Amino acid sequence: MAEDKTLSPVRKRHDFLLQALLSASGALVCILLFFLTGYLLWRGLPYITWNLLTKEPSMLQGTAGLLPHIASTLYIVVTTLVLVLPLGVGAAVYLTEYAQGSRLAAWVEFAAEILAGVPSIIFGLVGMLFFVQIWGLGTGVLAGSLTLTIMILPTILRTTQESLKTVPNAYREGAMGLGAGKWRAIRTVVLPSAADGILTGCILAVGRMVGESAALLFTAGFGTILYGWWESLTSSSATLSVALYLYANERGDTDTAFAIAAILALLTLAVNLLAKLAGRKLKRSR
Amino acid sequence: MIDSRTAGHPRREAVERTMTLFFFLCGMAAIVFVLGISLYLIVSGLPAVREIGLWKFLTGAVWSPKQEQFGVLPFLLTSVAGTAGAVLIGVPVGLLAALFLAKAAPPCLATVIRTAVELLAGIPSIVYGLVGMIVLVPAIQRMFGLASGASLLAAIVVLSVMILPSVISVAETALAAVPREYEEASLALGATWMETVFHVTFPAARSGIAASAVLGAGRAIGEAMAVIMVSGNVPNLPGSLFQPVRFLTTAIASEMSYAAAGILHRMALYSIGLVLFLFVMCINVLLHIFIKKEGKHGRR
Repeated sequence: MAEDKTLSPVRKRHDFLLQALLSASGALVCILLFFLTGYLLWRGLPYITWNLLTKEPSMLQGTAGLLPHIASTLYIVVTTLVLVLPLGVGAAVYLTEYAQGSRLAAWVEFAAEILAGVPSIIFGLVGMLFFVQIWGLGTGVLAGSLTLTIMILPTILRTTQESLKTVPNAYREGAMGLGAGKWRAIRTVVLPSAADGILTGCILAVGRMVGESAALLFTAGFGTILYGWWESLTSSSATLSVALYLYANERGDTDTAFAIAAILALLTLAVNLLAKLAGRKLKRSR
Repeated sequence: MIDSRTAGHPRREAVERTMTLFFFLCGMAAIVFVLGISLYLIVSGLPAVREIGLWKFLTGAVWSPKQEQFGVLPFLLTSVAGTAGAVLIGVPVGLLAALFLAKAAPPCLATVIRTAVELLAGIPSIVYGLVGMIVLVPAIQRMFGLASGASLLAAIVVLSVMILPSVISVAETALAAVPREYEEASLALGATWMETVFHVTFPAARSGIAASAVLGAGRAIGEAMAVIMVSGNVPNLPGSLFQPVRFLTTAIASEMSYAAAGILHRMALYSIGLVLFLFVMCINVLLHIFIKKEGKHGRR
């Protein structure tokens, strides 16, 4: 803002102070991030070795190995996406294509809002009660994925809905004018034009799944044994985040914990970058 | 739904009907999940409350599963105190940062900070817990000469950092939506830009700002894994900032693994889940009200 000569010194000082306060809080956010990531990489990177990433933990040699956790993270991410994608995209299609503006749609949106606000430990608790005990799935990737499906649904629902809203109505009308039924129009015209937005939603969802620990503690379990995908569905398998908790809190092995934390931080970075790229592509294609 | 375009094509009609039903079912999933979660928490949370007695459960100051004493007051007060502390520190800082982003930062700097906020939001809570445990807890121990730095204070600091991203992004959106004319009128009356930002823009965005604070509170009260690593995990009444404490969330997370199914201890943990859920629902409803208000302002 232009310097004003007529401003009284008191107001000038006041102004300067406020400006400084704002800049300081902006700077604080950046410093926090740089400190956090810098510290994680500094403590964690030296311990990320080929052996750590590709071996199972060995009690005999007393060495840590993250392969089982990397595998179960992958299993959980893939299984959850397979479950949540049709559900979330379907719900978004229902809201924007079938029930737009209806009372029921408002209720669905409200429910999704509530789901988005429920703490993950509650999902873990209910998931354990319902999937592990009542359905008798046992702790494992399947119970964990089902729990995460409920948790991630609002993320997929919202991003898909946003991108469906940007599909011009003329596309739908064009498809229907050519004689396509509603489903045909959705399948061939509406969903393909919203694909980038759905992809962004998936990337964000993967970020949340990888970082999640509280909801998986009692549903996917603490297991540190390497399984194939099929066995892992009903066998206790700890994801990377849960493994971090195990190493840091229960075993006191902070070096391995920091190695996992550094991996998670790098993954966060990658996920954000990917989501940005997908988002930018979405904007350009419009 | 009968569509004239598919009428007379029985197969296409059947496909359309099936897909309509499929989308309808997907749409209902969110409602079913919310009702299911509420129902299960109530059904599994009530028996223990009934056995212990509601008053004794909520106001009992002693949590000692071995002696069959289940009072959740320490957890309840700790969660409230921790959330209040996190909101007191995190929300003012977050609001100032949001003001900076929306109104004072040069565009390129704003992009950098916005990216930083997004990354902070993406860092898993367990990682915050780890850094808190290794950096913050020893620092507090040295600074105040305590036996252990794992305390309510450590939890409050970690929580206030963790709620920053959500507070900033919601508040920034609200601040950016304030009509330009308000600010121009204030500038024309001779106010400086800073005076305008603090006295005109800020009050005009108050419902969005309230929403950001409520969202922050919701995040803080529901956080489990970061808090479990820094708060000491002892069921104390939160008498001072330097005591080790246990939150509602961490009580569930830390005891669930060794409370056997079917006994009162485990049922009491479900009841804690129910209490936490009720808290969060209240916060959600509050948030919904503020956001609705904000929407009405925006449309005007």
